[in-house]
Amino acid sequence: MRYKSQKVAYWFFGLCMLLLSLQLVYGFIMAFAHMGFDNLHAIIPFNTARAVHTNLLVVWLLSGFMGAAYYIIPEEAENELVSVKLAYVQLISLALVGVIAIIGYHFNYWEGRKFLEIPRPLDWLVVINVLTFLGLILVTLFKGKKQTTTSLVLTMGLVFAALLYLPGMIWFDNQTMDSFFRWWVVHLWVEGVWELIMGGILAYLLIKITGVDREVIEKWLYVIVGLTFISGILGTGHHYYYIGVGKIWLIIGGIFSALEPLAFLAMALFAISMYRKGEKKHPNKIALSWTLGTAITSFVGAGLLGLAHTLPQVNMYTHGTLVTAMHGHLAFWGAYGMIVFAIISYTLPNLTGRKLYDSFTGLLAFWLSTIGMLGMTVAFGVAGVTQVYLERKVGLEFGDVQTELQVHFFILICCATMFSTGIGLYIYDFIKYGRPNDEALIEQSL
Amino acid sequence: MLSKSQARAFFLGGTIITFVIFLGLSWNSLSNEVPKQTHVENLTAQVVQGKHIWESNNCMGCHTILGEGAYYAPELTKVYERRGEGYIKTVLTSKTPWSPRGRKMVAYGFSEQEANDMIAFLKWIGETDLNGFPPKPNLKK
Repeated sequence: MRYKSQKVAYWFFGLCMLLLSLQLVYGFIMAFAHMGFDNLHAIIPFNTARAVHTNLLVVWLLSGFMGAAYYIIPEEAENELVSVKLAYVQLISLALVGVIAIIGYHFNYWEGRKFLEIPRPLDWLVVINVLTFLGLILVTLFKGKKQTTTSLVLTMGLVFAALLYLPGMIWFDNQTMDSFFRWWVVHLWVEGVWELIMGGILAYLLIKITGVDREVIEKWLYVIVGLTFISGILGTGHHYYYIGVGKIWLIIGGIFSALEPLAFLAMALFAISMYRKGEKKHPNKIALSWTLGTAITSFVGAGLLGLAHTLPQVNMYTHGTLVTAMHGHLAFWGAYGMIVFAIISYTLPNLTGRKLYDSFTGLLAFWLSTIGMLGMTVAFGVAGVTQVYLERKVGLEFGDVQTELQVHFFILICCATMFSTGIGLYIYDFIKYGRPNDEALIEQSL
Repeated sequence: MLSKSQARAFFLGGTIITFVIFLGLSWNSLSNEVPKQTHVENLTAQVVQGKHIWESNNCMGCHTILGEGAYYAPELTKVYERRGEGYIKTVLTSKTPWSPRGRKMVAYGFSEQEANDMIAFLKWIGETDLNGFPPKPNLKK
């Protein structure tokens, strides 16, 4: 760490750990309900657990991205963060809005719009919060000495993510319109601007870890984010196949979705080749594992498993089944969960001054969580494909099919336990690092 | 070999072109296709009220509609056609959790009026032209 103000990142990462732990609890509640044990129905019905589970995911990932920006931008721009105080205010208000929203979900205070359940009055607080964050980042960046491509791509991703939140705040009477614009937020986030954020963080990590020349890495960063937008923007069409808009989207969505894995493939090849090319052997093995891990897992989860059901002919049968949950879990974990873990693993030794570079628990955390999530993906996939055949092809009743699927959720819970053990070990390491301190300041950061 | 400025041009150019096409297609969908395919002439105040009830109780948190939602409870786009008004009303007004095959639904205990609004919404959405979704089971004997 080269700038004192970078320390604020630590607390955003701490919030990540806290919210992720809660997210897991609600995940288990849902998995047990799928198995037939919905004993908590009276207090936490499925729709509450579901809204909490997905919203916690969004908030902890955003908190991770913000922490990453607070760490990366001062260093790239060679400038202290303009106001550390405001950054702490922003952190606390982010946590508060999240907590209020989640408590509200337990008392029927929400909007039933998948992923965007936060009620509109609270949306305005989110807007103020994000504007504060962007203000801090933008002023720090443009008052700084340098505006590197990495920091510009990262910032551009954050600005667009904020702008794209707005279409989700418009009221529509027509369910089709509502859905149409909801995807402007959700799809253009996860298959568009979030990939810019991911690309920016990944480029930063590769520059630091592999020591490959910045110019080379940033050139390929442009190619990757170019591929992301060229395929991802029109790829939104795969959400428009069957919601009440025209058939043109079957063609447009089908073709461009098929190109979407290319961006992730490029990301994976990019990370691996830079690693092989790099002469510097950075001692932080854990950060290296997560960095290569995110590049590869996102290709499988977001790229390939997405492609598995974006062809319109396939999606006709898989749309609205557990197949979506199969893709969703590995995609979010591989692309976004793991990149946040990568940046946390890289920054922790620099923030705290403790060099726990190669701990056994750290590596175990990586393997248990990643293999656990792969196992969960297989369990969801088996359940999903079975559901598709029994319900959509053979025509059995929804409820009868769900009873047949219960056994797969037992396997899911086993794998989720493995995943959670990995997360638990990661959090154990996180706590063991201790707090960030000024003694960790160095002239030239590793 | 590709230079950094060429790479940047690829990124900016590609993004702008695809985004303009996307906006054009979206505009076409919203102004020409949605009114026809969703029969906006049938979108009455009661249907809108039904949608409001649908949203404020997060029905999508268990069910799916237009194939979007949570996969814990049945897809409801065609439920009006499948179950009919009487069945739906019984479920919506029930004071105890509706639990076919053991999987429980929250007992909303809606009033007659609220149930009618929701039924109007479900009837309207059932008539939407969804390009063939949900598919007819084709392995059924």
